[in-house]
Amino acid sequence: MIPLSYYLLLSGILFACGVLGFLIKRNIITIFMSIELMLNGVNLSFVAFAAQWHALSGQVFVFFVMVVAAAEAAVGLAIIIAVYRTRETLNVDRVNLLKL
Amino acid sequence: MSITAFIVISIIKSVIVLGILLTAVAYSVWLERKVSARIQNRWGPTRVGPFGLLQPLADGVKFILKEELTEPHVYRPLFIAAPNSSLVFAITSISVIPFGNWVDLGPWGTYLQITDLNIGLLVVLGITSMGVYGVALAGWSSNNKYSLLGGLRASAQMISYEVSLGLSLVGVLIITGSLSLRDIVDAQRHLHWNIFLQPVAFFIYLISAYAETNRTPFDLPEAESELVAGYHTEYSAMKFAMFFMSEYANMVTVACLATLLFFGGWLGPVFGPPILQMILPVLWFCLKVFFFMFLYVWVRWTLPRFRYDQLMAFGWKVLLPLAVANIVVTALIVAWRA
Amino acid sequence: MLHLILFLFFGTICVAGAINLLAQSHPINSALSLIAVMASLAGEYLLLGAEFVAAVQVIVYAGAIMVLFVITIMLLNAGKEERTKGSRIAILIGVPGVVIGGVLVAWTLLHRPDMQTVPIGALKGDPSAIARLLFHQFLLPFEVTSVLILIAIMGAVVLASRPEAIARPHHSTPGPQETRKLVATGKDRR
Repeated sequence: MIPLSYYLLLSGILFACGVLGFLIKRNIITIFMSIELMLNGVNLSFVAFAAQWHALSGQVFVFFVMVVAAAEAAVGLAIIIAVYRTRETLNVDRVNLLKL
Repeated sequence: MSITAFIVISIIKSVIVLGILLTAVAYSVWLERKVSARIQNRWGPTRVGPFGLLQPLADGVKFILKEELTEPHVYRPLFIAAPNSSLVFAITSISVIPFGNWVDLGPWGTYLQITDLNIGLLVVLGITSMGVYGVALAGWSSNNKYSLLGGLRASAQMISYEVSLGLSLVGVLIITGSLSLRDIVDAQRHLHWNIFLQPVAFFIYLISAYAETNRTPFDLPEAESELVAGYHTEYSAMKFAMFFMSEYANMVTVACLATLLFFGGWLGPVFGPPILQMILPVLWFCLKVFFFMFLYVWVRWTLPRFRYDQLMAFGWKVLLPLAVANIVVTALIVAWRA
Repeated sequence: MLHLILFLFFGTICVAGAINLLAQSHPINSALSLIAVMASLAGEYLLLGAEFVAAVQVIVYAGAIMVLFVITIMLLNAGKEERTKGSRIAILIGVPGVVIGGVLVAWTLLHRPDMQTVPIGALKGDPSAIARLLFHQFLLPFEVTSVLILIAIMGAVVLASRPEAIARPHHSTPGPQETRKLVATGKDRR
């Protein structure tokens, strides 16, 4: 019997690490992985609240988040491959042709 | 049952099953060499012990004593971790496989299974999915273009055939209504074996499993004439032995699943005194698993190899629609009967 | 007591994996830490009783999506990251900001007057119960997600293919003789 806030705290820590990774990392694949980390943190919140309110819909909604994450990962990695083919780099700071 | 009795019995079961699994893996190598030799009209191992039965022992000693070539250009942490993780995932899936019924040993009783999870089939599928990492990381960390190509090809092949593997099992699940492996076997009593109810699913499962374990006719990633040795080119001695063992352990897992899901597991004629009634189901199970291992070796030394684009096209364009069609037809028939 | 020990075990692996993802400079190490995070999250789901969700987390997330990431990192041969001016500013401002925000949220969460507790295995996520919900109440989102995956597959195939494979679908890559001709006349590069 542990308080629900512990699960929410863990979820918040994972989400914060995801945000931090999104801000400070420069390799585009690592930025993508930080997005996946954020989505995982949110999934944990869903399941924790489903356990508290005895609503199975919370666990069902995790599926939809996973499906969206999978679709986004597939399309995002395809975009990364296309960008790598033209710019020959994976550093986001170097993909700056449209910069003023 | 008290908690200490539960823990002690679980540890004993795990140790026994692990020992039997590793011996089975070693002797499946012997089986392969003997059967392949007879198919090729020669003898196979005959010198070490009667019928060459001590050959796995000699091979084990060789692998332990062989010199480990340490290359300076590999990425050390992953180079060492890849074969270990491959072996760990290959062996872990035996923990949900049931071998027989309830046995009574004095005041305690237990199922002949390390643990009966009610999502047992999903656990096996999950462990199979995680097994792709050993191959991919081995190919990449070897820092060698043949290994990288072999690793990429092998992991792409494995994740493609995982889809049709999972979908082919859905037909069995629709009929049974439970994911627990023990319930699936219990639903096949009185010769209602799923091979008669789901023959198409059985063939899709078998073909996908052959591709998943990287065995001929789908073994292009480790073909000697194509890619030197694919993702395990740079590995020698003990690490190569770990890859070898994980391949055969995966074969044993696939054979166990095929008997449990389609051929009735441990169901067979049971008679006689209680001690015989406890042993006979295990005997039937082992016979059926042995048949599937023999089938693996037989297919390997009979059929030629698929080319890589043929392999991928077959997985995505033939097996996947066939598996989905099987699900649709099964669901329609089950819904019409209900 | 056992619940707390198991929660802390899986939670420590989660947090350590997340921090390792930030700390590593090579993307393959970050990918492996993320796989560790996902596997330990599956353990957390099991503690909350969501067994089907835990199994699907391992199969889909750790076993398929992360394989996609690892294959891409291997294919593109991404090297170690470099430090640019933008990343230094982001570290200077971002890390304290997120840490302060996290501490605020943690304080609010842990100092409530009413702390509701959940037992171990709180809500049993039986596959049949979840399936009943998925196919009765959530049928429309279910069908929409299948269309979404189809669109994602088509988009990924189109985006990642070479331009000439789309323009001339029957002549994808030139054979050896054509390649020699192209190299000799200098036409093999754009």
